[in-house]
Amino acid sequence: MVKEAKMILKVNNLKKRYGKVKAVDGISFSVKRGEIFGVLGPNGAGKTTTLECIEGLRSYDDGEIEIFGEKMTTNNDFFKKKMGIQLQESSLPQRMKVWEALDFFSSFYNKNVDWKDLLVRLHIDDKRNNYFSNLSGGEKQRVFVALAMINDPEILFLDEITTGLDPQARRHMWKTMKEIKNMGKTIVMSTHYMEEAEYLCDRVIIVDRGKVIAGGAPRKLINNLGIKNRIVVESKEEVDPGIFKDLKSVCDISLKDGKIEIVGTGTDVLMDIARVITDRQIKVDLQYKTANLEDVYLSLTGYTKEDAI
Amino acid sequence: MKAVCKMVFIKTKLFIREIEGFFFTIFFPIIMLLIFGSIYGNKPSDYFGGFGFVDVSVPAYIGMIIAITGFMSIPISIASDRERGILKRFRILPGGSMIAMVSWIIFYYLITTIGTAGLIITGKLLYGLRFTGNTLIIFLLYSLSTVAFLSIGFLLASLMRSARSANAIGMSLLFPMMFFSGAIIPMRSLPASIKHISVYLPLTYVVDIMQKGWFGGALHSYRIDLFVLSGIVVFSFLIAKLTFRW
Repeated sequence: MVKEAKMILKVNNLKKRYGKVKAVDGISFSVKRGEIFGVLGPNGAGKTTTLECIEGLRSYDDGEIEIFGEKMTTNNDFFKKKMGIQLQESSLPQRMKVWEALDFFSSFYNKNVDWKDLLVRLHIDDKRNNYFSNLSGGEKQRVFVALAMINDPEILFLDEITTGLDPQARRHMWKTMKEIKNMGKTIVMSTHYMEEAEYLCDRVIIVDRGKVIAGGAPRKLINNLGIKNRIVVESKEEVDPGIFKDLKSVCDISLKDGKIEIVGTGTDVLMDIARVITDRQIKVDLQYKTANLEDVYLSLTGYTKEDAI
Repeated sequence: MKAVCKMVFIKTKLFIREIEGFFFTIFFPIIMLLIFGSIYGNKPSDYFGGFGFVDVSVPAYIGMIIAITGFMSIPISIASDRERGILKRFRILPGGSMIAMVSWIIFYYLITTIGTAGLIITGKLLYGLRFTGNTLIIFLLYSLSTVAFLSIGFLLASLMRSARSANAIGMSLLFPMMFFSGAIIPMRSLPASIKHISVYLPLTYVVDIMQKGWFGGALHSYRIDLFVLSGIVVFSFLIAKLTFRW
């Protein structure tokens, strides 16, 4: 068990409805100081509503939110000063320059970090004189992260920060987020990219239809749920699928387009298969697909891959 | 305070960068004055009580500038900022909504005044504009009128769903009002049937108070205007405060 004092944020049984729709239906979780915490789920799962309740932007119907050891109340400057928030759908005036935005928003706080330094840290220093409208999607998001960090917040909320970014910009953002974590900040992020959460997050919750359906460290979630690993064996030679049948770690063998697909549990399955292949000296091409968060998510929700996207 | 100064400053900077967005506030009234001034000139006439066309038009056009700020500039700009998620940003800043409100009031007062100054300077230089009122009083009356229309602007901004609807509704309220309030066509030239509508238009009271103040009219001659405009300030700010969305 984690000690209570380590928790920077505690959410207990949060509920919020819009008319008849239960957007958030009893969500609970806590975030440790210094970790990257992920709130995952498909669009409309209640991620943004949850974050906005914590950020004090939205009132909620029931439940408790405790942050920095204090009970949260909406629209309270005490919390605003200590939080860094990147909003999911936000913008700046088209013809505002990057440095002007940082200079302007820093004037709202007594405690500031040097925004010039921040631009360097977030790798957008070379864009400081650009108009906001002339930035790429990734650069805009970097500016928003910079704005969220201008008051040197203890906790940073990033709501789908990489949605709509190209793969390269996304990787770049991941790197930056790890750097921010190394500065000692706590990050609460929402995303619907499972591989992103797996790479970045220390712990996650998976949210679906306003409820938490799973939570924990990504690796643990994958292992605990006994999600199967998949190995595809392909060979120019004729291989009898039966040779893998007696392995204890193997659960299922099937033949697809001349390839043998083996499903098994744990890391043992790969070792076992490799042993069989080397024993018989068959030349094969092995593809090992480890289970990932997406598999966890799909197995929990019963959605298919297509539904999830 | 620092944030208010920065915000007014940066909004003014953006205003200069996007001056074409303020065509109606800054240039349109001057163009009107140039067109009608070149047709009617500014010779004193009995019809205008011993003053010229330009003399009576400038205070009326100032009313027009004030109305443009309230019915177009503010609702369109705020609705568009809301649509694009720019407004929401103020909600996450400490003191953000208050600072934004105060800055908007100062900024829109400022650009309305720039438009007004441009109009007065043009009238003075080209047509020898005459002013027989008290400078301090006309300044106070102008400020009351402007604040009244700023409050209407915030009220409209609260009610508008999008920049497009703000544009459409603002325009369709503004243009008939400009014609029926004495801002463009002198009130005494309007038929009685129109005058029945005029009493319901806020701009009517601005044009009246500005013209009376401009020529040094006595306080009791515009006391109804003062009453109506003050009422608008209180009512609109109150409703705007209650209904404003970020």
